[in-house]
Amino acid sequence: MELPVLNNVAPDASGCQSGSCGSTDDQMGHLPEHIREKVFNHPCYSEEAHHYFARMHVAVAPACNIQCHYCNRKYDCANESRPGVVSELHHPVQAVKKVLAVAATIPQMTVLGIAGPGDPLANPERTFETFRMLAEQAPDIKLCVSTNGLSLPDHIDELAKHNIDHVTITINCVDPDVGALIYPWIFWKNKRIKGREAAAILIEQQQKGLEMLVARGILVKVNSVLIPGVNDRHLAEVSRIVKAKGAFLHNVMPLISEAEHGTFYGMTGQRGPTAEELQALQDECSGDMNMMRHCRQCRADAVGMLGEDRGDEFTMEKIEAMDINYPEAMKMRAEIHAAINEELDAKRAAKHAKVHSIEEIRPKPATRPVLMAVATRGSGVINEHFGHAREFLIYEASASGVRFIGHRKTVAYCEGGDTCGDGMSALDKSIEVLSGCEVVLCSKIGFEPWGPLEKAGITPNGEHAMEPIEDAILAVYEEMLSNGKLDARPAEQQKVA
Amino acid sequence: MAFEIIESCVNCWACEPLCPNQAIYEARPHFMIDADKCNECAGDFEESQCVSICPIEGAILNESGEPLNPPGSLTGIVPEKFAKLVARQQAA
Repeated sequence: MELPVLNNVAPDASGCQSGSCGSTDDQMGHLPEHIREKVFNHPCYSEEAHHYFARMHVAVAPACNIQCHYCNRKYDCANESRPGVVSELHHPVQAVKKVLAVAATIPQMTVLGIAGPGDPLANPERTFETFRMLAEQAPDIKLCVSTNGLSLPDHIDELAKHNIDHVTITINCVDPDVGALIYPWIFWKNKRIKGREAAAILIEQQQKGLEMLVARGILVKVNSVLIPGVNDRHLAEVSRIVKAKGAFLHNVMPLISEAEHGTFYGMTGQRGPTAEELQALQDECSGDMNMMRHCRQCRADAVGMLGEDRGDEFTMEKIEAMDINYPEAMKMRAEIHAAINEELDAKRAAKHAKVHSIEEIRPKPATRPVLMAVATRGSGVINEHFGHAREFLIYEASASGVRFIGHRKTVAYCEGGDTCGDGMSALDKSIEVLSGCEVVLCSKIGFEPWGPLEKAGITPNGEHAMEPIEDAILAVYEEMLSNGKLDARPAEQQKVA
Repeated sequence: MAFEIIESCVNCWACEPLCPNQAIYEARPHFMIDADKCNECAGDFEESQCVSICPIEGAILNESGEPLNPPGSLTGIVPEKFAKLVARQQAA
């Protein structure tokens, strides 16, 4: 039986839609039970989990053994949210203190990752000392690590020893000629190596590391940065290869290359992909691979739910003043996790119960797909005011159901009539990021944005506040169907309006 | 015979564990090299280790005060070429 929430697979993917086959209707539905057990509460590995569970990174790993053209090692800023950026570096003992403080304050925090600001495995002592202490003091926290892969094969035993069952490898290419355009140098066997030779070594180490992790039963997610004109045509092949070797999730992220970040790509004018280009590539890869679409490309010291950063509440100064009794906190955390899991189980059961009724009223297969944007603060429901939204989740409704496409960042336009640098108002920015969407669902929307949104062909909808996202989208899609709006293309509708 | 780290150092720790003579130490505002201990890795490695891993052009100088990773050598952004790129971008 087809299920209504597809999440991962493009409707035109050939054959069985493997992203939604199976007994549950989230993106993990087709995964074996032992893998699902490892990811159900990991916000970076499960789309569903990221609405309920939080993560944090500790910045204990400053050194790096390679240079990437999208990274500037000089960068260090409190107001930027992107990988590789931190505001204070921690020694392992400080980092552990911080983790315990956050875990006691934000009980939804289930995952601790080490992701930089350099490469965690280029700082093995600091990284593994942090993991060792945490495994002892906070056994209820999942540990994970991300790496460029260069020294990964040397650390597999150590990773397995600390019970780290999630590793992310950033793999941008499998062809050294492509790699030479991304990596200017690596530090390898006590020498700096440049150009194609450097890329060839890095690629070999990444692939070897991936194979070794899979052989140990450690879950591997692969991150790739989509760089238009450099690896855009190459990433589908990367996706096929890493899947064949046993990576279970592929996360294609857009290049961030603002000139002011001072990276090679920023300074040479290399552009990042558009939302449409990113989606097209993710759809292309999804025929072969389970794709992750909810990544927020967070800082190497991020704290909180994906897309939010509560780092300011946990500066070293504030942590020193906190009195944390972790064994007590662990009891409270267990109760809260049980409550969240109960809620999730209830929601899943409710969805299953609804499948039959949805089958009956499902739109005719000939209807066209529609993109809809959702303003949400989490928990899988529509609960954010349009004007307060800092990002929109994008879903596609079609005759086969609802699938999650990704998220797009904006500026909350209620924060005043400021402009975002290039003379564009915050509302204009929101309208621009909603390009291609026909409906925006939010808990509330003011009178002012209503007109400009409709003029742009985007219908604001505040009628489904507090309802589960997928249910609301399906309801709106069915309403569009019964009003004959799915017969015409969106462009034609705009002409009529 | 000794190298020197200057203020453009970003305190990334990459060089510190590599030094065969433990000449590099954490300091504020940036890491320092103990000139008495540094022998530029002579006899230990073919390439000076700190110079080979440092990601910042110009952050390590030789005894004559010359940058061991001169501008453009690591990022590939040669200063003259960079100026041209900026001019082209502005014209576009």
